[in-house]
Amino acid sequence: MTTTMTPAPRGGFGYRHPRMRLAGLLTPPMLWLVVIYLGSLAALFLTAFWSINDFTGQLVRTFTLDNFIEVFTNSAYYVVILRTLGIALLVTLTCLVIGLPLAFFMARVATPRWRPLLVALVLTPLWASYLVKVYAWRAMLQPEDGVIAWFLSPLGLGGPGYGFLGIVITLSYLWMPYMILPIYAGLTRMPESILDASADLGAQNGRTFRSVVMPMVFPSIVAGSIFTFSLSLGDYITAQIVGGKVTMLGNVVQTTYVTNLPFAAAVATIPVIIVLLYLFAVRRSGALDNL
Amino acid sequence: MTLSRTAKILLSLVALLAGAFIYVPLGVILINSFSADRSLTWPPSGFTTEWWGKAIDNEGVRSALWTSVWVGLVATAMALVLGTLLAFALGRYRFFGRETVSLLVVLPISLPGIVTGIALNNVFTSFLGGLTIWTLIIGHVTFCIVVVYNNAIARIRRMGSSLEEASADLGASSVRTFALVTFPMMRSAIIAGAILAFGLSFDEIIVTTFTAGPGITTLPIWIYQNLFRPNNAPIVNVVAAMLVIISIIPIYVAQRVSSDDERGAGVM
Repeated sequence: MTTTMTPAPRGGFGYRHPRMRLAGLLTPPMLWLVVIYLGSLAALFLTAFWSINDFTGQLVRTFTLDNFIEVFTNSAYYVVILRTLGIALLVTLTCLVIGLPLAFFMARVATPRWRPLLVALVLTPLWASYLVKVYAWRAMLQPEDGVIAWFLSPLGLGGPGYGFLGIVITLSYLWMPYMILPIYAGLTRMPESILDASADLGAQNGRTFRSVVMPMVFPSIVAGSIFTFSLSLGDYITAQIVGGKVTMLGNVVQTTYVTNLPFAAAVATIPVIIVLLYLFAVRRSGALDNL
Repeated sequence: MTLSRTAKILLSLVALLAGAFIYVPLGVILINSFSADRSLTWPPSGFTTEWWGKAIDNEGVRSALWTSVWVGLVATAMALVLGTLLAFALGRYRFFGRETVSLLVVLPISLPGIVTGIALNNVFTSFLGGLTIWTLIIGHVTFCIVVVYNNAIARIRRMGSSLEEASADLGASSVRTFALVTFPMMRSAIIAGAILAFGLSFDEIIVTTFTAGPGITTLPIWIYQNLFRPNNAPIVNVVAAMLVIISIIPIYVAQRVSSDDERGAGVM
């Protein structure tokens, strides 16, 4: 046995030739994920450094940074980048502001008998089709005859209509369960005795929440935010359906990839780098085990 | 901790509002499917069941539904095999690069769908000579693996290996141990993973747009194509309502199979 492997647990698996067993288990999924998935990603990022011949539309396979320079110097594009980041942050924040109290209610206020039902109620919309939910918000947000406009009209107010706010609301709605469920799981894992101890030592509810509850559910919040943040960064369909004229990074990729793949690839690299940096930064918080 | 009465009332109120936020749009979808109007007008001027009949008879909707089911079943079957193998490798062994592998598995759902979409599209059209239903299935498997893996590895970690050791000590072969001990203990986790994988595949629109061959229409693609066609709005409303109703089924099944899990959110 090599030093890279501690003795495998004995049992049906891995007990006479652990290394062979491991190789047998790992090879098929790794072939898939590394060859097909990572291979495609690598090819895409390589393409980002190529260009398109303006006249023939053919790929020019020589290294160039032009695509990236264009993205970061052309105001039309960096405004889109900043707007997309802003939307992703606002969505994450909205999900947290609504999701944290809801998860807290489910885990700590509702009686245990009600919990499975509440979880099911939060999960059900997660299963409803993505497009259906965006479509629902198209009906909700419609400027003249929408549900929100109808609801607000007695107050003399108009609905938000399609646009920036519409995108934020819709994306928050879409990714909300991804924030609620990890936090709920984190809160239910928290032993009651710790909270009692905090109270016994004289902490008020607010103090207990800040000093005991928050540090313990923090990894869960980070785990939820990975979804709310990265799913928002790459979305383009929501912007098409409820965004009006407002575009996001994904829309730029989607509209340019047929005519100029290298440029689309360069734009697509941006959310990937942001997400990877984020994943790398939170790796130590233990959030990835909470996914 | 003992929450004060005010805190409890406040939390309940927030929960109630959040519940309304979650359910009002779904309710609007259901009501709109019976609307007599041809556009998304609120409140509906009248109600009819006419569009339900038309949608059920709609050829495009039916064939899109079967395409979605077929793609979902094949992708789920493949993801089940790959995800479970991976879960056993990572759950039972310590090896160099293990952390990297566990990061790699979550990558397809952590990175934006459009990135996976155009990356696969680029490779499939450049090297495989074009898009077919199989390129679509390959695309779906890539992000379905992770949900199967997540469910399987959680179970593997929790069940330990003592029962399997006991089985081996009593003289059972590896195959027998797997069939009589390992698999029965894994079953509900595998079912939960399969439901999730199927649900993800059935619902996927972005990766589907970029990896489906010409003329291959899944249900989300059908909705997307008809969303902006004013004439089809009533049918789209009904299909949307149907999908909302259908989405209750996996929840019910998942709750039943994961009822032995201590955490109710076993399907996440």
